[in-house]
Amino acid sequence: MKLREIAHSRTGDKGNTSSISVIAYETAGYALLLRHVTAERVKAHFGELVAGEVVRYEIPSLSALNFVLRQALSGGVTRSLTLDTHGKGLSSALLDLDIPDESLPRTTPRQDGDH
Amino acid sequence: MKQVRIGAGAGYSGDRIEPAIELAEKGGLDYLVFECLAERTIALAQQAKLKDPKAGYDPLLVERFRAVLRPCRQSGTRIVTNMGAANPVAGAERIRAIAGELGLTGLKIAAVTGDDVLSSVAAGDYRIDETGASVADLGGSLISANAYTGAQAITEALANGADIVITGRAADPSLFVGPLVHAFGWARDDWHRLGQATLIGHLLECAGQVTGGYFADPGYKSVPDLARLGFPIAEVGEDGSVVVTKVAGSGGQVTPATCKEQILYEIHDPARYLTPDVVADFSNVTVEEVGFDRVRVRGASGHPRTGTLKVSLGTTEGFVGEGQISYAGPGARARGALALEIVRERLALTGVRTSELRFDLIGANALHGERLSNHGGGHEPYEVRVRVAGRTDSINEALRIGNEVETLYTNGPAGGGGVTKSAREVVGILSTLIPRERVTTAIQYVES
Repeated sequence: MKLREIAHSRTGDKGNTSSISVIAYETAGYALLLRHVTAERVKAHFGELVAGEVVRYEIPSLSALNFVLRQALSGGVTRSLTLDTHGKGLSSALLDLDIPDESLPRTTPRQDGDH
Repeated sequence: MKQVRIGAGAGYSGDRIEPAIELAEKGGLDYLVFECLAERTIALAQQAKLKDPKAGYDPLLVERFRAVLRPCRQSGTRIVTNMGAANPVAGAERIRAIAGELGLTGLKIAAVTGDDVLSSVAAGDYRIDETGASVADLGGSLISANAYTGAQAITEALANGADIVITGRAADPSLFVGPLVHAFGWARDDWHRLGQATLIGHLLECAGQVTGGYFADPGYKSVPDLARLGFPIAEVGEDGSVVVTKVAGSGGQVTPATCKEQILYEIHDPARYLTPDVVADFSNVTVEEVGFDRVRVRGASGHPRTGTLKVSLGTTEGFVGEGQISYAGPGARARGALALEIVRERLALTGVRTSELRFDLIGANALHGERLSNHGGGHEPYEVRVRVAGRTDSINEALRIGNEVETLYTNGPAGGGGVTKSAREVVGILSTLIPRERVTTAIQYVES
C-alpha cells in the first residue's frame, strides 16, 4: 500500500533545506512509519532531487516523523529555477512511497486524525 | 484564571484580508497579530527603501489597516505586526495617517527598529551558514542584512501603552510571545512558558494553515468551506495552556490533525526550535480535541536562549530568464521534447552565457524529474507545456532565453501556442549568526 493510506504530510522550507512531516492518522500506524519510513528510504525515494543528507526526527507524542532534507531546493526559494520554488509538492511525492500492507487495528469510525 | 485571546490576521504578506476583519469584529480578541515577512520580502523592501526613504513597508499595510483599525479600536484589540519590513518608522507614520482619515484619535503607535544590521555585518568576519565564506567577501553584492529580533521590544512597547506595535524583522513566533509575556508578566527567563508561548506563536503564525488551509486532500482529508476560511484564535491561560479555535460559523476546521501539521511545519529538530526568545522543545507536545473546532495543545517546554541571533542576508545574484509554450493533442509530449532540444541547441549556437539551465515539460516531469514522474507508468499527457529557465549575469541574456522559446512559433515543432516569457533580477538569501549584544532595538512612538 501507499504511505498515503496511513499518513498525512506537510512540507516546509528554510533556505535550501526542505522539512517534511509524516503524521500517522492512527496511533497504531506510527509503528509502521518507524519501521518503514527511514531516512535512507526517503533519501532513495527522492534520488537526485536531494543533494545533501536526510535526517529523521521522531515525535511519538504526535505519532509523527519529521524529515530534514539538506540541499533539496535547487538553491532555495529566491534563486531556484524550478517551477515549485518552495518545494511544496515534496510532501505529496513522499506519500506515494510503497510500504508493506500490514493490517492495522482500526478504531471505528475514524475521526479525522484524532488518534 | 486570567485568559488572553490572541488571533492571527495574516499568514504571509499577500494573505486574504476578510478573515482578519472577521476576527477584529467577532473574535473578542485582546491582540490581533499580522505576520507578513518572508526571507525574500525584506530584501525586496530594502531595495524599495533605497529608492524612496518613505517606502519599504508592507505593500498591503494600507489596505489592512484601513480594514481593521476601526473594529479593533471598538473592541479594544491591540495590533502587533512585522509589516514595517524595511521601514517600521515610515509604516507607523502611514498608520497614523490612516487613523486620521478614519477619525480615530488617541491611538499610540510604536515602531520597533534595530533589526537592520547591514552596516555592522557588511565588513565583519561573520561566517555565512550556506557557503562557509565570510560576509565581508560578499562586497557590493550584499544589499540587506536583518537580524531576527525577539519579543522583548514588543513587550516593552505594549507596557508603555502602545495600541499598535509595528516591527521590522521580528521572528514570527515572537510577534505572539511579546503580547503573551506582557499580558501575563512572565519572566524573561521563564524558559518553560516561553517555550509554550513560542508553540502558540508557531501554531498561529501561518494563520489559515492551522484552521484547515493547506490541508484538504479530497478522499483523504476534507475541509468545509475553504473559500471562507476563518483564521485562528488562541485562548491562552496564565500557565501557558492553550486552546486553538476560530470564529464560530467561519469556514475551515480546527482538528488535532490540522494542529499536528502546523506544529511540525518548518521545524527541523523538534527538541531544539531556535528563536531569539528561547530554545523551544516541541518533542513532547500533545493535541486533544476538547470541543467542536477546539483543540488543546500542551507539553512544550524550553531551554535558555542562545547567545546569537540569526541574520538574513540579501544579495544581488544576477538574473533569471524564462519562456514557455504549449503543445496539445496526439504526440504533444514528443513535440514538446523536440522544442526543448531546439532551444537547447539555439542557446548554445547563439552564445547565450548561462550558469544554470533547466528544461521542463510541465504536466510530465517539471516538478520532480523523470524518475519520480514516471513512477505511475509515464502516461502520455494530452497536453504539455514547455518551459526553459536559465540563470544569467545580464538582463539582456536573460531576455534571450524567452526569445528563443518565442521563435518556436515560426521555427519550431508543429502546433505550439501560448508563449509567455519573462526576465527578472534575482535576490539571493543567505544567513549568518551574530552575537546578540550587537543588535540593539529601539522604539519610536507616534500618536494619532
